[in-house]
Amino acid sequence: MFVAPSMVLMLLFIALPLGSVFVQSFHATQPVYEVVQEQACTPGFLATNCVTETRSRPRRDAAGVPVTTTAFIGLDAYRALLQPEAVARAFNVGGDGVAGLLSIDFYAALRFTLTFTLVTLPLVIGLGLLLALAIDSLAARYRGPLIFVSLLPFIITPVIGALSIRWLFVGDGVLTGVIRAITGSRLSMFAQGWTIELLMLTYRVWHATPFAFVVFYAGLQTVERDTLEAAIVDGASRLQRLRCVVIPHLVPLITFVALIHLMDSYRVFEEIIGFSSQAYRISLQYLTYSLLNPDQTGNRAITRASASSMLTMIGIVVLLVPVVVRTWRAQRGGR
Amino acid sequence: MRRLKFAAVALGLCLPAAAHAACDFQNTVPVKSLTAAFEAWKAVTASMAECGNVRSELDQEFRTKQPAAFAANPALYDIGGVSNGTVVPLLNAGTIRPLDALIGKYGQQLQPNQLIKIDGATMAVAMDVNAQNFIYRSDILQELGIAVPTTWDDVLAAAEKIKASGRVAYPLGATMKPGFDLSLEFVNLFLGYGGSFTRPDNTPSIASDAGLKTLAMLKKLSAYMDPEYLVSESTFVQKQFQQGKIAMSNLWASRAAALDDPKESQVVGKIAMAAAPQAIRGGKSATTLWWDGIVIAKNIPDAQADAAFRVAMQGLGPQTVKAAPGAVVWLIKGYAPGKLAEGVIASANGGAPAYPSNAVMGLVSAVIGDGVADYLTGRKTAEKTLADIDAAYLVKAREQGLLK
Repeated sequence: MFVAPSMVLMLLFIALPLGSVFVQSFHATQPVYEVVQEQACTPGFLATNCVTETRSRPRRDAAGVPVTTTAFIGLDAYRALLQPEAVARAFNVGGDGVAGLLSIDFYAALRFTLTFTLVTLPLVIGLGLLLALAIDSLAARYRGPLIFVSLLPFIITPVIGALSIRWLFVGDGVLTGVIRAITGSRLSMFAQGWTIELLMLTYRVWHATPFAFVVFYAGLQTVERDTLEAAIVDGASRLQRLRCVVIPHLVPLITFVALIHLMDSYRVFEEIIGFSSQAYRISLQYLTYSLLNPDQTGNRAITRASASSMLTMIGIVVLLVPVVVRTWRAQRGGR
Repeated sequence: MRRLKFAAVALGLCLPAAAHAACDFQNTVPVKSLTAAFEAWKAVTASMAECGNVRSELDQEFRTKQPAAFAANPALYDIGGVSNGTVVPLLNAGTIRPLDALIGKYGQQLQPNQLIKIDGATMAVAMDVNAQNFIYRSDILQELGIAVPTTWDDVLAAAEKIKASGRVAYPLGATMKPGFDLSLEFVNLFLGYGGSFTRPDNTPSIASDAGLKTLAMLKKLSAYMDPEYLVSESTFVQKQFQQGKIAMSNLWASRAAALDDPKESQVVGKIAMAAAPQAIRGGKSATTLWWDGIVIAKNIPDAQADAAFRVAMQGLGPQTVKAAPGAVVWLIKGYAPGKLAEGVIASANGGAPAYPSNAVMGLVSAVIGDGVADYLTGRKTAEKTLADIDAAYLVKAREQGLLK
């Protein structure tokens, strides 16, 4: 009963849009074009350029509104994204294997997104835990200011943070300038893909660690003192206490942080915009965005964008399944 | 204190009188406009505001808003600022009105080349032309005894000499950021090499001899640029010029004024413009001409359209040119082209074509903007890059219904 309002809102704002995106990914709505001879005059300087050419123009009805048709296209949009034929070609005799696969936008985006997610995950959890343990072991009066300072990276808006880091490292940035002054060598972080990728990974770890830290720190406050003292009496070393008492106590929190981080980093987008990495690295979320974004003359690829966001969602689910199953088992075992 | 109060009252009294000083009439119908936000639009909308009852929205993201805002009934804006590309969705959706009758009533001062005509009907009125033209450091070229390059091969030779002299960090700058910037560099050269993007039946022909030549030239040019050239857009290149880091670039004419602005530039007086270089010696200037102008919404009452057009004509009047003579290459009567306009005029006279504006070109530009970087970063060969661009275009064109 009490969940009814929240269920209704979830239905309205999550399930319905999702359903609509799902349906859209199988349908294409297009204007009906007709081919016409058209004369177009545009300005030169002091002269007029007139050209007559055959061009496609959307047909309009009596009221002047363009006529559109919607057709069921099955899996065409997914095929256009996943390009199974090109994949088969890449792995057949004479194909160029993984390089061929990664020349297809979707797989390049998937590769980056997965690397990004799976590399940052252990780093964020590890560093967050270290930071929490370090601050927890300090005298009480240092803790407040230190917690505040450690939280700062998390407070910064992701795009702004990414832009600031980019401006530090771009060709004539402050840091590049300093490094050049010291070593005399020119550093070009934005001239090749792997350095940009490294910057993006580092940035995300820097940005997301405080969240993990604050959750773990809260968890550390609830570790049972009795058990710890008992362990000390039994002669357990610091490391043993950590491994046998503290970590098991924090496991549910670690799972929680992992879940949130997986979902967050699989949707990586701000870094692509902030670091302008489109030439070298794109993510799945960016792929959807670029399909949705109208081009110069207002065309957007709604169908493929829908398909791409469905695929992104499937990806997240696949990544989350092991973690969720683990939690579920633990919950059941606990009862 | 009393003097301050008096001054405030005096100001308050003066303001409404001054507001209509520069407008020929007092506008009583509320009029709204949505345009881009660069210098020229600031000048135009400032002139329009003098007529009263005008609300102008200047927004660089106008192109995502405009089609939907004009399709509403009544339209959310009366006046729209457009260019070659952004007028297409409005034309296609039929949400802007023919202007011939209004021009008969209020547009006497317009010159024939300001009228954008589709099959004889005037659909937009242009205010300026813009193009990427050759901007160079005249002092460096003179000092090294280099003649102003007229072809892109000349540019390469000049770049080599400048590099050897060590006068600047990088001889060349270019707007190579993937997306619109990179696609325009490709389009300019491709047309210069005589290429055509599609066949009459809308099938792609970007993978061609002209395409290979364009890619090869872009790659050769990139060797003389800042190695981070793939993140560089117009403002980036403008700054490189202003800080004396580069010596040559095919850059927007509308950026030239900033290079000669002592407030922000270290190279004032050392900048000159010329026609965009030719891709093939003796061929057309390898650039495309752009225009900016205004359109009037269709889904508004005629009386409102009348008022909107009259206000717009004030915006496109001589007082705007007087207020911002160097902002762009104006087409408005009374504009005397200065040094900064020389490159555009030379390019136009050198046969530079208008940037093609139609739905097909929107798709072509998008796939080129996404695809070319793969060759420049070495991920793909030239042939594979072009084949993939063609393939990406096919997918898009089918999706949009331009191809079966």
